[in-house]
Amino acid sequence: MMKKSRRSFLKVAAVSAIGIGAAPAISLSSSSTNSHGSSHAAKSPNKGAKTAKRWGMVIDTSKLTEEVVEHIVEACHKAHNVPDFNHEVDEGKYPKTRPVNHKQEVKWIWEEHFHNAFPDKEDEFLADKFKHLPFLVTCNHCKNAPCVKACPTQATFKREDGIVLMDFHRCIGCRFCMAACPFGARSFNFRDPRPFIAETNPDFPTRSKGVVEKCNLCAERLAKGEQPYCVEVSKGAIVVGDLEDPESEPRKLLDKNYAIRRKQALGTEPSVYYIM
Amino acid sequence: MSKSAIFTGLVIFIIIALFPFWINFGKTAPVPEPELVGKAKTAKKCVLDKMDMRANHMSLLDEWRDSVVRDANRIYTNTDGKEFAMSLSTGENSCLGCHEDKSKFCDKCHNYASVDPYCWECHTEPKEIK
Repeated sequence: MMKKSRRSFLKVAAVSAIGIGAAPAISLSSSSTNSHGSSHAAKSPNKGAKTAKRWGMVIDTSKLTEEVVEHIVEACHKAHNVPDFNHEVDEGKYPKTRPVNHKQEVKWIWEEHFHNAFPDKEDEFLADKFKHLPFLVTCNHCKNAPCVKACPTQATFKREDGIVLMDFHRCIGCRFCMAACPFGARSFNFRDPRPFIAETNPDFPTRSKGVVEKCNLCAERLAKGEQPYCVEVSKGAIVVGDLEDPESEPRKLLDKNYAIRRKQALGTEPSVYYIM
Repeated sequence: MSKSAIFTGLVIFIIIALFPFWINFGKTAPVPEPELVGKAKTAKKCVLDKMDMRANHMSLLDEWRDSVVRDANRIYTNTDGKEFAMSLSTGENSCLGCHEDKSKFCDKCHNYASVDPYCWECHTEPKEIK
């Protein structure tokens, strides 16, 4: 048997210990140059993306007709794959679909009567024209959004540019936000929406069962430098822009016209204005 | 007497304990080879190195999702200076824009490893819509 002195054993052990200790440092320095490369990789917005300090919307109610309203709702819902529960389900593609409960609906932007949209402004002697005007209502992207405070998972959050946005991935379907929103702007997916989407737009995801959804002010369009769908088909009735920029289109309109907001007394500071 | 009883019991025990081995004997599925079709075949490199993608694509996608939804940053520039759209399925520059066939790429390994990510409950593959 080989004899080893205590001295030579300690020498070998010491060298091995240094080697083991140095290994992570060596592999780290050699790998940091190529793998991952987080030191050089970067994330940036699209070129030409529209930006603002606080996005807002101005709706000119005098320009809203039944026809325009219909076009706006259709354009928005079609582009965002919002299900329509009156759509006849394709039995071949989705067999055994449960019958529809029409109390459940999903909507991002829709038509409302004056006394429903502005319950605090209802009046015995209200001008007749307001009683028959189709009012368009949607998420108000409030400055003090109560839904954001209610959300326990931060699935609903306020982006720096003022848009109240949803991360559908994080939504657990608790519906606290729906209870918190005083405008009923949010809808819950009680069922898989896919069978009720007539034509799926491949450029936008659908939702899944158990998540809440609402208007996103076309964040995906603003990111490409385009105007929201509702603005595009509104024939000038809707204007979207930066509320904090005095030179912006909405601010110019607000300078010249008297505009109201929904349920202002609640202090949520809606970003959607209605020119009366 | 007790000797034979012990041995029979032992044999039965071993047979039961090794159940997963003999029931699956000879049925091993070959390790799948995700197929690169279309643009992905000609492109030499994905967003990260091959092995890095293989190991970390899920955390990369997770990071991308937060970046797009929360910060409105939609372009990813990798270490080679190449730009990618941080999107699963929209546009030429997205994941599926290059890996054109989800069933030949994503699904192959996911099915084998029995992982069931919920991406496609909401995101759509253009081919599957029709």
